[in-house]
Amino acid sequence: MLADLLAFDFLRHTFITGLLIGFIGPLLGAFIVVRRLSLIADALSHVTLAGIAFGLLLEKRFAIFILPPFYGGMAFSVIGALLIEKLRSLYHSYQEIGIPIILSGGVGLSVIFISLANGFNNDLFNYLFGSVSAVSRNDLLTITGITMIVTIIIILFYKEFMALSFDEEHATISGIHAKAIHFMFIVLTALVIAASIRIVGVLLVSALMTLPVAAAMRLTKGFKQTIIVSIIFGEIAVIIGLITGYYFSIPPGGTIVMVSIIILLLSILKKSKTTGHNGGVQHGYE
Amino acid sequence: MTNSIISLKHIDYSYEDKTVLQDVNLELERGVFMGMVGPNGGGKTTLIKIMLGILKPDNGSVSLFGKPMDRFKDWTKIGFVSQKSNSFNKGFPATVREVVSMGLAAKVGYLKFFNKHHKEKVMHAIRQVGMEDYADASIGNLSGGQQQRVFIARALVNDPELLILDEPTVGVDYQNVRRFYDLLHQLNQNDQITLLLVTHDTGAMTEHATDIVCLNKELHFHGEPEKYTSLTEADLSRIYGHPVHVVKHDH
Ligand SMILES: Nc1ncnc2c1ncn2[C@@H]1O[C@H](COP(=O)(O)OP(=O)(O)OP(=O)(O)O)[C@@H](O)[C@H]1O
Ligand SMILES: [Mg+2]
Repeated sequence: MLADLLAFDFLRHTFITGLLIGFIGPLLGAFIVVRRLSLIADALSHVTLAGIAFGLLLEKRFAIFILPPFYGGMAFSVIGALLIEKLRSLYHSYQEIGIPIILSGGVGLSVIFISLANGFNNDLFNYLFGSVSAVSRNDLLTITGITMIVTIIIILFYKEFMALSFDEEHATISGIHAKAIHFMFIVLTALVIAASIRIVGVLLVSALMTLPVAAAMRLTKGFKQTIIVSIIFGEIAVIIGLITGYYFSIPPGGTIVMVSIIILLLSILKKSKTTGHNGGVQHGYE
Repeated sequence: MTNSIISLKHIDYSYEDKTVLQDVNLELERGVFMGMVGPNGGGKTTLIKIMLGILKPDNGSVSLFGKPMDRFKDWTKIGFVSQKSNSFNKGFPATVREVVSMGLAAKVGYLKFFNKHHKEKVMHAIRQVGMEDYADASIGNLSGGQQQRVFIARALVNDPELLILDEPTVGVDYQNVRRFYDLLHQLNQNDQITLLLVTHDTGAMTEHATDIVCLNKELHFHGEPEKYTSLTEADLSRIYGHPVHVVKHDH
């Protein structure tokens, strides 16, 4: 693929996009995992699917191109994110209740749009499992924009995101505006998911955000370190996954996730080798 | 300008139909070291949550630093160690240094970064609680008492004017509890920090606090430690709602 990269534009687009989502996926994923919200990514990816299906439906049945599937997915994802936040504040003691509601809503809508359009065949398959050839120049520009926005906001609000993720009550008392920060965070999540779907697909996008983090957490002590190692793992998974996916004509979502799982298994093996079976309690006693 | 840092007037509070606080009036003057005692379920944690704006009282008013609660903005003047700090997310991969720095986040302010000065403050707070050897250890790998000390450091790192501590020494060993009380004493005397400490350790409390209050739904006692120690068993039984036998400690 590396040689082909120079020859084919569309592959170069795919490869760069892969590097970008291999960066922002685990970056945001680190916060999602520590807040135990891994399922939010799944819920939002299914809402994104509904948006994509809606865009495809408009294209196929009505030949309307105002909402290309990619942007339809992004719009639905952001709306889904806002609904989850709304439900979170409505059901104060059941913070995660929004997730199954939004997830099933997303699947329900997707099914309806897909059957209204009498199925989409190949296109839909690409969206479900990812594709090496799906990234247009425009998509690449949008995803680059999203990457820049996400990175800048995370750098600017790093300390607030971290404090809120660690101990929401304490952070709120100390004067951090939890609501506004959460809102920003969930919108970023929606954008990252929409950006990642082209390559890893709806069904596997949450894996790219959570598996590298799960692996990194076993090897690191601090949060910043976890983020850095997660990103390295994410990039390794994307690079190897894209190349093997292209080589064997497998949707890259599948290969990227399998590489992530191998990294996770290796990290589990390494950890249990270095600390024995007691799970790494190194500082329990004085 | 009043000298009360916290002023509670006629506070009532119930969880659903269960009345937990009834007509509580309390003034916390600047510079005092107030110890709060009372039986389990007496409403101490609830009252603190009301002071911090986490819960809204059914009746009554709260003022902080002379301002009514809804107009109070200077939250970084208040350091807080909650009773249930131990129930935080143990899997969170943060170092002691990172956890303590979270206490500074709001004070540093939005769109600003930690600088060298802030990092030194973080290390200073870690040293104050004697955790410097663990600065780069992962919080989840520490013992419960060590974690509690880290949370105390997180409250101290802001240089708060008021420090509210809800049973902060649960799980902390004897030597470090002594050290902790010395630290509180020093913060109160040298740094003029106002303290509100909830504890069941009445021995240490009467030794260090300047004011003692007893809370069991209502405020039953407010006075100096000498007056508290001179309470009879009958008085205490009335406060605690069941017979109490005073055990004398030698400190
Ligand atoms: N979230 C809640 N919902 C319903 N009841 C509650 C809640 N929190 C506390 N209570 C009840 O309110 C009463 C006062 O609780 P609170 O935690 O304020 O007591 P406390 O004085 O801090 O006790 P302890 O010494 O055990 O910490 C208790 O009877 C408790 O059962
Ligand atoms: Mg309590």
